[in-house]
Amino acid sequence: MSLTLLDVKRVARLAHIAVSEDEAAIYQQQINGVFDLIAQMQAVDTTGVVPMAHAQDLNQRLRDDIVTEPDLHEKFQSIAPQVAEGLYLVPQVIE
Amino acid sequence: MHWEIVVGLEVHTQLSTRSKIFSGSSTVFGAAPNTQASAVDIALPGVLPVLNRSAVERAVQLGLAIGGNISRRSVFARKNYFYPDLPKGYQISQMDHPVVEGGSLTIQVGPDEKTVRITRAHLEEDAGKSMHGDFHGMTGIDLNRAGTPLLEIVSEPDLRGAAEAVAYAKTLHGLVVWLGICDGNMQEGSFRCDANVSVRPLGSGVLGTRCEIKNLNSFRFLERAIEYEARRQIEINEEGGTIRQETRLYDPDRDETRTMRSKEDAYDYRYFHDPDLSPLVISEDWIARTRAAMPELPGAMRERLVAQYAISAYDAAALTASRATAAYFEQLVAASSGEAKLSANWMMGDLFAALNRYELDMAHCPVSAAQLGRLIVRIVDGTLSGKLAKEVFEALWQAAGEVDAIIEARGLKQVSDSGAIAAIVDQILAANPAQVADYRAGKEKMLGYLVGQAMKAMKGRANPQQLNEILLQKLN
Repeated sequence: MSLTLLDVKRVARLAHIAVSEDEAAIYQQQINGVFDLIAQMQAVDTTGVVPMAHAQDLNQRLRDDIVTEPDLHEKFQSIAPQVAEGLYLVPQVIE
Repeated sequence: MHWEIVVGLEVHTQLSTRSKIFSGSSTVFGAAPNTQASAVDIALPGVLPVLNRSAVERAVQLGLAIGGNISRRSVFARKNYFYPDLPKGYQISQMDHPVVEGGSLTIQVGPDEKTVRITRAHLEEDAGKSMHGDFHGMTGIDLNRAGTPLLEIVSEPDLRGAAEAVAYAKTLHGLVVWLGICDGNMQEGSFRCDANVSVRPLGSGVLGTRCEIKNLNSFRFLERAIEYEARRQIEINEEGGTIRQETRLYDPDRDETRTMRSKEDAYDYRYFHDPDLSPLVISEDWIARTRAAMPELPGAMRERLVAQYAISAYDAAALTASRATAAYFEQLVAASSGEAKLSANWMMGDLFAALNRYELDMAHCPVSAAQLGRLIVRIVDGTLSGKLAKEVFEALWQAAGEVDAIIEARGLKQVSDSGAIAAIVDQILAANPAQVADYRAGKEKMLGYLVGQAMKAMKGRANPQQLNEILLQKLN
């Protein structure tokens, strides 16, 4: 499998990354290199092997349903670019 | 052409945990903005999610209640999209291994029952809220809701039209509230529906192209959105057009749906397993303990009420509308010495009417089951006629005291002394010779008039059956 230039631009758009024509060509080559590695792994016969959900063979640890977090919003908001009335302000988004 | 409307629902129920699904922040509704958003919820670098046991338990309860399969091993995935109220840039959800798979819910459609298949239910986190108010042209973000646990319950496209969709949503709402896994508060967004709507010629086995209507937060909006959307699709079909698969929004002010995004613009969520969370393993033992702690389910209780108290299935359905209602009914039967039918009638009649009138729910009913039970005892032993009982009920509602004291204080006791009734009947007959003659000449409806006069003379307190009998004896 290899990516077209159009695929690269689409992936960049999904990731909200601005990519120039020159960069897109470079990334196309690099990403296709990754796909070559994937192709090598795909070639291995994995019949009967259960796909793993996580790299570590651990079960999810669970916590009790207790409120433990204090209100730290003033601290958090001290590094926010813009706040008002306790809200974080961002450029207008209208769906 | 006749068209069939096909609907599947995706319902987001907010689970009633104290803390969030992956952090120890409070989930209490209505707090000041961002005061319940911790480092995990606002996605500061280096933080890790830790799963809330109670959220999992609630999902298991729902799974058991709908007869679904509880996945012994389920996996969390990242659903990637950019939006300012989603600080991580992805929502933690479940994709190919949800916590509950399969199941069904039986709903009442008019006189008939219908079983609706449930595809799956999965755990996920809620996003924050965007405020498009006036912040100098900016959007305000409140992340208090970010990380609130949701259980998304997805049905198969088994619903035919708006009425069935509403019946399903109401039944599911009743169930999650009954189980206590969700507070069911729709104004606060604790129970929100997305509806997948398509139409097809009646009798066709193929599904039409569907449109998804997002975020319907009341049963009325759900009903109207589906009705509007189905009409829109039928019109397009009849004019020879084709339906475009898209996501639409319902606008309640204009009572219409409109395009939010088309299939071409649909998000590519790029789901993948979340490396921050290892698989969720649910043991047999945990499932057994959860099952043991669950309340009797509404379906089972309905069947038991019919068998135990010999009431109709319809009555049993109404009396199991909520756990509080069902508990009240059983207490009432006990307090009225086993008068199940009268108990059901009084609850579904005067009590429900009064609750509706004052917009109260069962939990805030001012008349206790013990009080209403006493009232029923006084009807059964002949102290009160049905009409006088209503007066006593009104007094109970106004917190005027206990049943016997009210009867005493207001002189509402029914007169069943035949001597006293006969004396009044004699007076009435003497005072109305013309009507008596008419009756004896064959005008039978004069009887009603005479009964009315006698009842009036006794201020409504005469035992109506006795009065009738005595009057007939004297006339014939």
